[in-house]
Amino acid sequence: MDIKEIIKPENLVYKKTGLMTDNPLSYCPGCGHGTAHRLLMEVVDELGIVEDTIGVAPVGCSVLAYDFMNVDMQGAAHGRAPAVATGIKRCWPDKYVFTYQGDGDLAAIGTAETIHACNRGENITIIFINNGIYGMTGGQMAPTTLPGMRTTTSPYGREVEMMGNPLKITELIAQLPGVHYVTRHAVHTPRAVRKTKKAIFKAFEVQKEKKGLSFIEIVSNCNSGWKMEPVASNIWMEDNMFPFYELGDIKIDGQLVTK
Amino acid sequence: MAKFRGAIVVDTEHCKGCGVCVPACPSQVIGLAEEVNSKGYHYSFMANPEACTGCANCSIVCPDGVITVYKVKLEV
Ligand SMILES: Cc1ncc(C[n+]2csc(CCOP(=O)(O)OP(=O)(O)O)c2C)c(N)n1
Ligand code: SF4
Ligand code: SF4
Ligand code: SF4
Ligand SMILES: [Mg+2]
Repeated sequence: MDIKEIIKPENLVYKKTGLMTDNPLSYCPGCGHGTAHRLLMEVVDELGIVEDTIGVAPVGCSVLAYDFMNVDMQGAAHGRAPAVATGIKRCWPDKYVFTYQGDGDLAAIGTAETIHACNRGENITIIFINNGIYGMTGGQMAPTTLPGMRTTTSPYGREVEMMGNPLKITELIAQLPGVHYVTRHAVHTPRAVRKTKKAIFKAFEVQKEKKGLSFIEIVSNCNSGWKMEPVASNIWMEDNMFPFYELGDIKIDGQLVTK
Repeated sequence: MAKFRGAIVVDTEHCKGCGVCVPACPSQVIGLAEEVNSKGYHYSFMANPEACTGCANCSIVCPDGVITVYKVKLEV
């Protein structure tokens, strides 16, 4: 069969959602931020809620998320996205409000805003991209950096005795009663992508039913900061990040998942 | 069992040659071109087009969303 007979509009099975703009993504080749953006926009598209969705962009590599996601968006000062989202949601309780934040943004400078928005049980969705590093500023150590992991500010590897332990902020916030749904995923393989998309659907469902805060961590690569090629960084992530940041549900329907 | 033939179209100008789609393909269809686009990236292409089943695995992992997938059911 000739390729031309296959490539016809009636045979289309997948194309980029129209809720991603045509602006070329500013991310490094192979960076999971792009995949995470697209999944989020696919869910908004498939739920038909584009007119009712408001996102809050962070500071970090995804600071320009509003140039890529074709929904209403607001920027926030570094780490303050959950506070800004709180204000938006309280003004418009029937809108779907999400934040999109890196680990430096959410688990370092924005720790207070994160914990308190979660503890208040704000009816928002937080998408947390954990790549264990400050990607944007050149690969400095983050609270989420693994023990022994090399960054520009831990060039011999993170020494726990001097630099402290990595912070599992997702497990921490899962303890808070206002938080309804907490789960950890990835976006580097087809299987992982499908699971993450399901989780985002569920998070928006939780928000629709006004059950409380939903929190999705996506463990992702920062191939530039980790100084690896994209495919190698994904393998390194499986071997090193996943044993520490275990994938799967942490809290469902307000109940901690016992493993 | 019904069989499918598929084909992908890569927006070669916006592909960053990251290679993430290559191991995502269960049928070893995709290769990275020797040539580069205007940004200097070795864009992806169907090196083995007959093997494509149109499963869309490559397109859903592509960080830049540059792969479009088509699929037809073969009469058997
Ligand atoms: C108030 C303030 N402090 C520090 C910075 C510098 N800064 C910009 S991005 C960033 C870290 C971002 O890391 P992360 O949130 O993990 O995002 P990534 O780039 O890794 O996706 C820092 C410290 C800033 N822009 N504003
Ligand atoms: S620096 Fe890291 S997080 Fe930022 S775009 Fe590059 S790979 Fe992605
Ligand atoms: S995953 Fe996308 S950007 Fe990367 S090589 Fe494949 S088609 Fe190009
Ligand atoms: S659609 Fe499936 S079989 Fe075809 S190139 Fe993509 S991953 Fe491979
Ligand atoms: Mg980061």
